[in-house]
Amino acid sequence: MQEIEKTLRSRCAELINNGTCDKVIAWDRGEFFYDNSPATFACADCAQKLVYDCFCGANLSKYLIQYAKEGKTAVLLKPCDTYSFNQLLTEHRISRENIYVIGVGCDGMVDIDKIRAMGIKGITAVKEDGEDLVVSTLYGEKTVKKADCLLEKCVSCKSKKHYVFDELIPEADGEDVKENGRFDMVEKLEAMTAEERFEFWQEQLSKCIRCNACRNACPACTCRKCVFDNPHSGVASKANADSFEEKMFHIVRAFHVAGRCTDCGECSRVCPQNIPLHLLNRKFIKEINEFYGEYQAGETADQRGPLVNYTTEDAEPTAVSDRGDN
Amino acid sequence: MQRIGVFVCWCGSNIAATVDVERVAQVMKNEPGVVFSTDYQYMCSEAGQAIIRNAIAEHKLTGIVVCSCSPRMHEATFRKTAQRAGLNPYMVEIANIREQCSWIHKDKEEGTEKAIVLARAALAKVMLNAPLIAGQSSVTKRALVIGGGIAGIQSALDIADAGYEVDIVEKEPTIGGKMSKLDKTFPTLDCSACILTPKMVDAAQNEKITLYTYSEVEEVKGFVGNFNVKIRRKARYVKEDVCTGCGACMQKCPSKKGLNEFNLGLNKRTAIYIPFAQAIPNVAVIDATQCIKIKNNKCGLCDTVCAAKAIDYNQQDEFIEREYGAIVMATGFNPIKLDKFNEYSYAECPDVITSLELERIMNAAGPTGGKLVKMSNGEHPHDITFIQCVGSRDISGRGKCYCSKICCMYTAKHAMLIRDKYPDVNVHVFYIDVRTPGKNFDEFYRRAVEEYSVDYIKGQVGKVYPEGDHLVVQGVDMLANEQIIHKTDMVVLATAIEPDPTARKIASMLTASIDTNDFITEAHPKLRPVESPTAGIFLSGVCQGPKDIPETVAQAGAAAVKVLGLLSKDKLVTNPCVSQSNELLCNGCSMCQNVCPYGAIGYEDKLINDHGIRETRRVAVVNEALCQGCGACTVTCPSGAMDLKGFTNKQIMAEVDAICK
Repeated sequence: MQEIEKTLRSRCAELINNGTCDKVIAWDRGEFFYDNSPATFACADCAQKLVYDCFCGANLSKYLIQYAKEGKTAVLLKPCDTYSFNQLLTEHRISRENIYVIGVGCDGMVDIDKIRAMGIKGITAVKEDGEDLVVSTLYGEKTVKKADCLLEKCVSCKSKKHYVFDELIPEADGEDVKENGRFDMVEKLEAMTAEERFEFWQEQLSKCIRCNACRNACPACTCRKCVFDNPHSGVASKANADSFEEKMFHIVRAFHVAGRCTDCGECSRVCPQNIPLHLLNRKFIKEINEFYGEYQAGETADQRGPLVNYTTEDAEPTAVSDRGDN
Repeated sequence: MQRIGVFVCWCGSNIAATVDVERVAQVMKNEPGVVFSTDYQYMCSEAGQAIIRNAIAEHKLTGIVVCSCSPRMHEATFRKTAQRAGLNPYMVEIANIREQCSWIHKDKEEGTEKAIVLARAALAKVMLNAPLIAGQSSVTKRALVIGGGIAGIQSALDIADAGYEVDIVEKEPTIGGKMSKLDKTFPTLDCSACILTPKMVDAAQNEKITLYTYSEVEEVKGFVGNFNVKIRRKARYVKEDVCTGCGACMQKCPSKKGLNEFNLGLNKRTAIYIPFAQAIPNVAVIDATQCIKIKNNKCGLCDTVCAAKAIDYNQQDEFIEREYGAIVMATGFNPIKLDKFNEYSYAECPDVITSLELERIMNAAGPTGGKLVKMSNGEHPHDITFIQCVGSRDISGRGKCYCSKICCMYTAKHAMLIRDKYPDVNVHVFYIDVRTPGKNFDEFYRRAVEEYSVDYIKGQVGKVYPEGDHLVVQGVDMLANEQIIHKTDMVVLATAIEPDPTARKIASMLTASIDTNDFITEAHPKLRPVESPTAGIFLSGVCQGPKDIPETVAQAGAAAVKVLGLLSKDKLVTNPCVSQSNELLCNGCSMCQNVCPYGAIGYEDKLINDHGIRETRRVAVVNEALCQGCGACTVTCPSGAMDLKGFTNKQIMAEVDAICK
């Protein structure tokens, strides 16, 4: 990855210098080594500071809505981020001609909490070494398997292939990951009784502090004014009448992004309370696949999602009750 | 500040027997915003309406809630009442305390409680109602009839007779439909072709009627008065306006393996063919799957012999787009497939045939020249067994749960015709019930039994199987309570009928609803039987439900009258409950545009002043003339930028809140 980082820095500087773009949206070093953050780099020298390592989980496509309105913007997109980019194009939230897409290769991003959960304390740095991670701590070095420390969204990675790009770094592109087991947990939830499932979500969603991180990071949540911020919508700032109403935010959000969610996993990655929010979206994706045939939002920019399309082969409204769900 | 009046209807004892209407009125009197509340026996009567009008004047009401039957029944009535009293008609809300309450409850206490909740919901909504003004839309003075069978032909003739342009779209190369395949018709036994072909000719010669045969409806946009229809004219490979129908091509065509559709596949036809002698238009068509020239670029004989030079092997499907004010669905029916009924050995034995196949065999223009013979060996049969209700009144799930209605009569007809022409042939009929309601129908059936000695056996058949040159029918005689094993020469299956498979697709395009059997739903089963719930769509013939020829013709005429009622208007009053987009909230995502079935939503780049921020944004714009107020956009819009006048998100939420309170 260090090689890629080097190439990215020089290539981005070159793109700014030759006028291909006037700024680059990429990752910058955060407060800690593991919280690389989205940032814009507007000069060739600044571009030397961009970071690309195993902590660049953030999906940069959403930032284009705000930062690519004027001029020409280059953006670094990992394979999974390209779905979001296409979806934003579909919904006319960004315009393709203003943006130069650099597809960056990715072999999985690391979740610092998973390393911590192994009992490793006082971590000062993490370096990649082939299939391993070398973890420097205050108490010496430790080596762990990278595969054990991946972000949830990377564990069930659906593709190493870029679905949109102007150039690729490195040049060779990856392929779709066929068996990613991303619906395993959804199936477990489906197998539960209604009571067990309610309890599961009650426990998870009760942890929510309504920080809105999930909404703000979500590339599908792009409303100019979210209904939860709009006093005229009738749902904003509503006092919780019962313990379930606090869950409404997440359920309504899942409905709003249904059929548009690319399963980029940002909602769960940014959640400070570690709520597995992506499971709500994956349930919708699984249902859509079952009722309307396999569909991946953002695979191309000109496809029409099954929920905003009509064909005579569509599932009948009784499909759910016919299935006899509990 | 709203001043609301509440009017609770008894509907005689329809509501009052299960709902304490006085208590509902009393409780509503104490609700905030209500200044007047009363109950009355028949609110829709003139006296009831007078109570409403007087209350509006006396109490200066700004809105009313009528607790009564479904808004589909009397919303229009009460809107008119309000209008007569000077109130905007859209300040009326109906609480349906009949269909949704009294009719489904038995316990008066529960019924009353629910009625109060429904009344409160309507009150919550009317408090947020705003006066709306209806607009007008134009009417295209041309009708489309989908299907060129007897139903479609009759509707088109009646519409054309009144002086309006009408187009018939027929998917087959000729009009005529199922009736053109029939031999004789019950109960008068007149020849089907003799009464149908003059009508086909009339349709072809009427200058107001345009026939699009071998054509299909591809796409329908728009709404009542203003439908835009795309029609696919399938390639015939023969120039329709040049072909004289001389038939020379058919004589020379060396490809003779195509199944003759008109004779239900009982014999073969050439690759270039005219479906039957009286086909309208009398124009050949090439079956591209059989034509040697089209498949292998060899032959070309038909082109050589065609004196009119009508052959065009390179013809492509063509599309035409037309505007229509009204659409008649006359898509007809088909006998069901018998692949789930192996017990009758239909697939294996050529002597087991369907009734429609028997029509072709009995027909002088049919595959046997009208001679009744066994299809297996061409021999004369001496014993024929009819089996009724094959797939009709079937609760096993293999067939249809309904009665196909026409089979009892045509089976009696077949039996009688055979006995009349071939007195040496014994005829047996297995039946569940014989149903003969209709003018001269029962007399007809009795003639079959009494004068022609047709052997009617009450009971069902379990199995038909071949044995040597014969067939064996195993059945039950329920009256004698004994098993019957009967040796016969031919078995005729009175196969259930089902709507043509295209009906489902076309209904979807027209947003017309269909029932579980794929019959098109009528707007009201008793009072609006020829109209679909979708305005401007009318129903003719079996697409609405099984019926015989006289009923079909009657319904076709009725549908035509409804079309004429519509086309004779210059302007239609539009529904003011249309969507509007809040440009400040709109994200420009196009989802509303994608779901709009009427193409009423477009997008514009507009300079927006969003609280001081001026920028050009892509925003949704609703064409109010096209919007039908279905509300699909409002539920699709994630940010709530789309809202439906008269049914705003706020109003719906207020209703829900009132119910959950």
